[in-house]
Amino acid sequence: MSDSPQPVGPASDRPRVGLFVTCLVDVFRPNIGFAAVKLLEDAGCRVEVPDLQTCCGQPAYNSGDAADARVLARQVIEAFEGFDYVVGASGSCMGMLHTHYPRLFENDARWRARANALADRCHELLSFLHDVRGVREVRARYDSTVTYHDSCSGLRELGVQRQPRALLASVEGLGLRELEDSNVCCGFGGTFCVKYPAISEKMVTDKANHVIRSGAGTLLGGDLGCLLNMAGRLRRMGSPVRVYHAAEVLAGMTDVPPIGDGEASS
Amino acid sequence: MSGPAPRSRDFERRAYVEIHNPNLQEAMGLAKQGFVGKRASAVAAVPEWEQLRAAGREIKEHTLAHLDWYLERFEAKVRENGGHVHWASTAEEACRIVVDLCRAAGARRVTKGKSMVAEEIGLNEALADAGLERVETDLGEYIIQLADEPPSHIIAPAVHKTKDQVSDLFHRHHRQYGLTERQTEGPALVAEAREVLREKFLTADVGITGANFLVAETGSTVIVTNEGNGDLTNTLPRVHIVTAGIEKVIPTLDDTATILRLLARSATGQEMSVYTTFSTGPRRASDLDGPSEMHVVLIDNGRSQMLGNEFHHMLRCIRCGACMNHCPVYTAVGGHTYGWVYVGPMGSVLTPLMIGIEDSGHLPNACTMNGRCAEVCPMQIPLPDLLRVHRERQHASRLDAPRARMMLRAWAFLARRPALYRRVVDLGARALAMLGRRRGRLRWLPLAGGWTGSRDLPAPQGETFTRAWRAGRRPR
Ligand code: SF4
Repeated sequence: MSDSPQPVGPASDRPRVGLFVTCLVDVFRPNIGFAAVKLLEDAGCRVEVPDLQTCCGQPAYNSGDAADARVLARQVIEAFEGFDYVVGASGSCMGMLHTHYPRLFENDARWRARANALADRCHELLSFLHDVRGVREVRARYDSTVTYHDSCSGLRELGVQRQPRALLASVEGLGLRELEDSNVCCGFGGTFCVKYPAISEKMVTDKANHVIRSGAGTLLGGDLGCLLNMAGRLRRMGSPVRVYHAAEVLAGMTDVPPIGDGEASS
Repeated sequence: MSGPAPRSRDFERRAYVEIHNPNLQEAMGLAKQGFVGKRASAVAAVPEWEQLRAAGREIKEHTLAHLDWYLERFEAKVRENGGHVHWASTAEEACRIVVDLCRAAGARRVTKGKSMVAEEIGLNEALADAGLERVETDLGEYIIQLADEPPSHIIAPAVHKTKDQVSDLFHRHHRQYGLTERQTEGPALVAEAREVLREKFLTADVGITGANFLVAETGSTVIVTNEGNGDLTNTLPRVHIVTAGIEKVIPTLDDTATILRLLARSATGQEMSVYTTFSTGPRRASDLDGPSEMHVVLIDNGRSQMLGNEFHHMLRCIRCGACMNHCPVYTAVGGHTYGWVYVGPMGSVLTPLMIGIEDSGHLPNACTMNGRCAEVCPMQIPLPDLLRVHRERQHASRLDAPRARMMLRAWAFLARRPALYRRVVDLGARALAMLGRRRGRLRWLPLAGGWTGSRDLPAPQGETFTRAWRAGRRPR
C-alpha cells in the first residue's frame, strides 16, 4: 500500500459498511480483505468487520441442505443488521446474500423481511465502488497487460461486468486484453470441482489455455474461489501468468506474491 | 416410467472417457462455437428480445394454467378436420397406440421425422419389436441410426460425430446400394443420404413425426425442420402419425408465430427454420397430396404430475437446445454421457423426473451453477434452481453422496460456532501456509486429491484476515 488517493465521486456522506470477508479470503488471501478495506475507505466509507461471520452457507445451499443454509443465513443476517451497506469482494457470496437468502425464507415472513432488508443493502465490492459510490478512478499503478475472467455469480446474479473494467482502466500502466470466453465458467463451482474433478479439470484447462493465448501477463478476477482454481491450474501447467484479485490491483496492493506463488517463485 | 433403459448411473466414468475422446472433443468444439456465435448474432439483431422471451413465457404459462381446456379444444379441432386423437398416459401406452395404428395400416416400412418424445417413450424399440422397418429421415437421426446410437443432442442428434466418422459410416453402409465411393465433403454426403432415402420415402406406409406445437385454434400440428424431410414424412405415406407431449399445445396461430421467433434463433441462430410445416387434418378432396389418415398421439408420461409442483417451469421448454449449447459441462462430456434421452441442463432436470433420481443422481449434481443456461433459455426456465430442487430432494432422502454429506455437515457444524470456527481456521491457515511456504502452493494434500489431482493448491498467506484485523495488523 503506497499512497492514499483522494476519494473520487460523491463521498460527502460517510456510510457505515460491514465488510463480508468471505471464508476463502479470510483463510487464503487476507490481502484481498485489506484491499477491500482500503478501497472502501478511499471511497469515503467507514468499514467495520462484524465478529460473528463465518461462511455464507452457499456450499450447504447448493448441496441441497437448505436447513443448514438457513442457520448460516440467519447468522449472517443478524451479524450485519444495522449497517448502511454490506460489501464483500466476491460475486458468489454476495449473490448468495442478495439473491438466495430471500428465497431461503420464502415461507417465513419474519426472516424473509430481514433477508430482504439485507439483500437491499448488500453489494459486490467492485460494483459497489462504481455504481453506489460513483468511483471512476483509483490511484494505483500496475505495469502489465492483464486479462479478466468474469466469474459467473457476479456476472449473472449481480450484473458485475463493466464496473471492474471501468475501474481497471484507471490504473496506470495497466492494459486490458479481453479473454476469449471470459463469461464461461472456469470449472470451480464450489464443491463441484472436487466432486467431478475430471470435468472440472477439462473446464479449467480450457480457461487456462484462453488465458495463456490472450498473451496477458496477469489474470484478474473478482472471486477468490475461481482465482484459486485458475491459478492452481496455470501453475500445474507450468504457466508463469500471475494471478491477483482485481481489488488487490485497484488498491495498489500487489507487493505480495501473486495467488499461488511464494516468496521463492514470484 | 419406461422408455429406453437408462445408463445415467455411469455418468462419471463416461464423462472421463469422453473428455479423453479426441473425436468427441473435436466435434463438440466445432458445434459449440457454431451454435453460440450464431445464436448471439441472431439475438443481438432483435432489440426486443427480452420482451419476446417474456411474451413466450406468458403464452406457455397461460396455456399450462388451462391445459385441459386447450387440449380438448385441440382434440375437437383435429376431429373436425377429419383426424384422430389418441391419449396416452404412459410411454408403453403411447408405443402400443402407434404400433397398433401401424398394424392396422398394414405397414411394413415406416419413415420417421425427428421426435424427442418418440425417443422418450422408446418408440424405436417398440417398432422393431413389432417387426416394422424404421427409416429415420432427418439427416442426423439417419446417421445415428446407421451407427446404432441414441441422439446426443435434442436438435442435432449426431452432433457428437466428426465429418470423418460420418464418411466412414456412409461408406460402410451405402455399399449395398451400389454407392462405393467414400465421400468426404458435406454436400456430397448429404446428396448421398438423400439418394438412399428417396426410395424409402416413396415406399413407406406410415410416416411418424413429432410436433413443435399443437395449435388449439386450428387443430394443426407444426414441425420445423431445415431439411424438408418432415414434409416428405407427413405427406407421402398413407398414414401420418404425430407423437407429441401434452405440453406442446398453444392457443393460436399468433402465439405460434411468437414462439417460432424465439425457437429458431435460440436453436440454430436462424431467423426462421427453412421449413415450418402445418399439418391440419388428412388430405381433403381438393388437396394435391397428403395422407389419407392422420393421427395425433398426445402423451402425458409424467407431465401432468409436473404441473402441480416446482418443476412446472420445465413444461415451458420448447426443446431448442440453447441450454446445452451453452453448458460447459455438456460441451465437455457430450450428450451420451447423460445416459438417457434428454441431455444437458434441460435433461438434468427432466431425466430424474422421468426415470427416477435413484438412477440419475449424478445429473443434477454435475453442474457448477454458473447460470449460463438460464440466461439463454428463451422460455426463462430457471434451470439451476430446478437442479437445486433435485439436490434438496436427494439430500432429504439421503441419496446424496455420503462422503460429501459428511464433509458438509462438518463444515456447517463449524460455521455455526464462530468461536470454534475461528480457532480451527486460524490453525488450518497457518498449517497450510507452512506446508506451502516456499513455493506458495501445494502440489498434494491428503484428502484433497479431487483438487490436487489436476491443479496446485495456492497456499494461504499465513495469518487469517480476521486475526490480523482484530490485532490491528494492517499491511502498509
Ligand atoms: S430448457 Fe430452455 S434452453 Fe433448454 S431446450 Fe428447453 S427451452 Fe431451450
